[in-house]
Amino acid sequence: MNSKIKTLTRRRLLRGAVAGGAVTVGLPILDCVLNNKGTAFADGAPLPQRFAAWFWPLGVGEEDWRPAGTGKEFEWPWRFGPIKSFRERTNLYSGSQVNLDGSANQTHFTGVQGYYTGAVTSSGDYFNSTDIIIANTIGARNRFRSLSVACDGDAKSSWTASAGGKIPDEVSPVALYKRIFGAEFTDPNAATFVPDAETMSRRSVLSGVTDERAALEKSLGAADRQKLDYYFTSLRALEQKLDIQLQKPAPLQACVKPKENDDDGHAVGLISDAMTRHDLFCDLFAMALACDQTRVVSIDITQGMTGLRRDGDPTSHHSYTHEEQIDPALGYQAKVAWFQQQYMQGLYNYATKLDAIKEGDGSLLDHMILFAHTCHGSPRLHSLRNYPFATIGNGGGRIKTGMHVATPGDAATRITLTMQLAMGVPVSTWGTGSNRVTTPISGVLV
Amino acid sequence: MKVRTRGHLLISVAGVLGILGATTLATGQVAPVSPPSDTDMATSLRLSPSQYKLAITDVFGESIRVDGRFEPEMRDQGMLAIGARTENMTDSSLETYDNIARAVAAQVVDERHRAGFVGCKPRSDAGRDDACAYAFFSRVGALLYRRPLTTGEIEGRASAAGAEADKLHNFYSGLRLSLAEMMVSPQFLFRYKRMEADPTHPGQQRMNAYDKASTLSFFLWNSTPDPELTRAAASGELNTNDGLKRQVDRMVDSARVASGVRAFFADMLVFSDFDAVSKDPNFFPRYTLSIKDQAQEQTLRTIIDHVVGRHGDYRDLFTTPNTFLTKDLASLYAVPFIDATANGQQQRWLPHTYPADDPRGGILSQASFTTLWSPSGRTSPTVRGKALRQNILCQRVPAPPGNVDFKFVEDISNPKYKTTRDRLTAHRSEAMCAGCHKITDPLGLALENFDSAGGFRSTENGVRIDASGETNGTMFDGPLGLAKVVHDDPAATACVAERMFAFETGYLPPKTESGWKQIESKFAASRYDVLELMRQIALSDLSYRSPNTKPAPARNQ
Repeated sequence: MNSKIKTLTRRRLLRGAVAGGAVTVGLPILDCVLNNKGTAFADGAPLPQRFAAWFWPLGVGEEDWRPAGTGKEFEWPWRFGPIKSFRERTNLYSGSQVNLDGSANQTHFTGVQGYYTGAVTSSGDYFNSTDIIIANTIGARNRFRSLSVACDGDAKSSWTASAGGKIPDEVSPVALYKRIFGAEFTDPNAATFVPDAETMSRRSVLSGVTDERAALEKSLGAADRQKLDYYFTSLRALEQKLDIQLQKPAPLQACVKPKENDDDGHAVGLISDAMTRHDLFCDLFAMALACDQTRVVSIDITQGMTGLRRDGDPTSHHSYTHEEQIDPALGYQAKVAWFQQQYMQGLYNYATKLDAIKEGDGSLLDHMILFAHTCHGSPRLHSLRNYPFATIGNGGGRIKTGMHVATPGDAATRITLTMQLAMGVPVSTWGTGSNRVTTPISGVLV
Repeated sequence: MKVRTRGHLLISVAGVLGILGATTLATGQVAPVSPPSDTDMATSLRLSPSQYKLAITDVFGESIRVDGRFEPEMRDQGMLAIGARTENMTDSSLETYDNIARAVAAQVVDERHRAGFVGCKPRSDAGRDDACAYAFFSRVGALLYRRPLTTGEIEGRASAAGAEADKLHNFYSGLRLSLAEMMVSPQFLFRYKRMEADPTHPGQQRMNAYDKASTLSFFLWNSTPDPELTRAAASGELNTNDGLKRQVDRMVDSARVASGVRAFFADMLVFSDFDAVSKDPNFFPRYTLSIKDQAQEQTLRTIIDHVVGRHGDYRDLFTTPNTFLTKDLASLYAVPFIDATANGQQQRWLPHTYPADDPRGGILSQASFTTLWSPSGRTSPTVRGKALRQNILCQRVPAPPGNVDFKFVEDISNPKYKTTRDRLTAHRSEAMCAGCHKITDPLGLALENFDSAGGFRSTENGVRIDASGETNGTMFDGPLGLAKVVHDDPAATACVAERMFAFETGYLPPKTESGWKQIESKFAASRYDVLELMRQIALSDLSYRSPNTKPAPARNQ
């Protein structure tokens, strides 16, 4: 038996006893829920897969970030220096592009639209992002199908969209804490579980809304009926959330309610403030995943046309990508590189927090994919070529890691298709026009 | 003019609802509806957060608080009102509505409010009383759904409340849960525009009178219909030209029209984006969180005073010397301002009139424009110019091309380029950039006298700011010159008319139709009186026609 998972602390026992009121503390159930190797539940069900998307603005540099060498043999690029310690569990992807097929390039938007939703359009349509497609497969039975946040205080920084359109980001760590770990949170490790009578009643009365549906539909045109369908999809999600809250959750060893915070999500202009908030979100998401409240999370640091600045400097990261001269000695935009390094430090912090949560024979990070993506290849040119992507974690053994995966000229949708397949999405073709792909990147999927 | 004070309809409307109950609820019938078409566009509109709050206040009174954050609205084609039609419900948004609804319902039935709102005393507090619940939901339901409920609908609510009351051994808990559920229903959260056969014009359709009342009320007052409007819908008056005119005149002449004007301009001027605005306190110590609110309030007060109070010409909003200031704002604008009665309060609003040649006059010079459309550390004439084109003149500014080489772009370390104008001029020397920047920059450069935080300045990096410009062959100088250009541009009045129609309907007007041209010409004939524009839109058939039906052939006059 794995020694890591049989530890039942006195504190945990006491917390269970207190939370449950007058209870009988039974067997330490944590011992019996996983198999001997700690890789699956005792009944054979695999540990859940998780997917975390992480967006940073404006790429990493010109051509100088592309690693020399491919596969396992490559020189680690300094641009990704902060995450080097995760090298064996990381893949860096270079060379792919988004094809416009005659559509207008709306800078900071079209590239992500292309690789993340599969379709490039001039109209600005944005539906069915990769994180939501994955959530529909792996997150449908969780309290929250997916959660997404922005670190700059702007809910419009979101890259998450369902079939119904964009889903605004949560901007406030306080609000996110309350949503996940507030009064409706049930500690999965509590020794007793009593379904909440109020929740039962709420679940019961919600059926009254559904009862009205048929009569309302009769009076509406096709487009309004479709809009109503989206409403009822969300209503079902609300009902399911209540249903889950009425069931005794399976014990989860690593789940510990995180600390509260006091960040209300106000707009921020300094990158230091945004990254401080970023780390708060990472803490909350790490525990939301560990407590199986959701299996898909997304962090958007800020929009591509970012206004984030360095303290004491009036010029933003985005402005610098346009205005800063390439340093002849260094060969790159030094101030822009500084911003990019701050983001990569944030990625390191996130991966470290996920890795600190022990789960089965490894860590939470080992059972998920942390997918880092950005809006442009070259920041200075705002190009749609040579996109830098990174993944950390092997998705519970679904992808090989430790590689530089170079796919020069290939559609970037192949990377998001690979992510979907790694997460078990039943998909055979993905994307439209010349962004349409039918096979994943070779040599990545296990 | 009789102005209804802001009380709650739940008590004041009882008489009207009694009539409705007698005429409509007894039959349980709803109006026949047209079969849906397969190639149509959605017409339902989600209540905006401000509409939701005003509606709850109108139904239950000001003592009921609407706490909690709404999910941010999404803008489409320049307007949140269009986004309210085109955007779909998300899981997190419905969860938010559920939280807010439960908080409101809890207040309505709490010990302080229940006697006033519930309207009857249950046989026992510890269990169901279907008759009392039925009476409650027949009144409240009609107010929330903005139409009388069928007998079946009321019985459904009362029965659900009774079942939960028995489980929880509390009559009011059952009422609370069932009331909260009504408030997450699409019939409360969305305004529907249902069409029905028009008996006076066989073969044609008309909007259901209750939906017509809602359209009018949310357009002109940004809230739910009042008892008189509901009565006009119930009696059929609203289906007649005279009846419609009586109601529109009454509503436009009411002081409550200020709520509609306010909501419209907050939408058109993109004030929702203030949520994402921050300024560096090291550079702009006067720009506090409170200033963000005051900046919006200043502009809205200026507009309400001009449009509602004075029936002023819309174009003069860009040049008017009249405004309102607080001490904070006066300090930001470097305006000498003495408030002898303020007694230390920072946000007391006092009217202020600038001298005729003061560059701070007009709404474009106000912080609600200059700070909203500036990055946090410094100004961007491109961003300001683009915002002016898109939001005030309804003009489209093309997106920048991809893969631009910025080797000639601004170099802030180059001593040759001290001002933003210098750097942008260098940028415009690039042919591929010049096209768009010529559209945006000259307008934005005219506002360079206002820094990123709205503060007035005459120099940048020690050099006197040159705020001159040229557009469409017209030369101008500084904020006043720009204001005059916008004032004289016919695109400005066409834009406000177009956006006003979108504010009401959720889509852009059919500009080639004679009905729209009539509205535009009456707006012009009124010397661009915004209230007259609203009146004409509210009276127009275009407002109550389904956008999915072809226009009816012209009737013989």
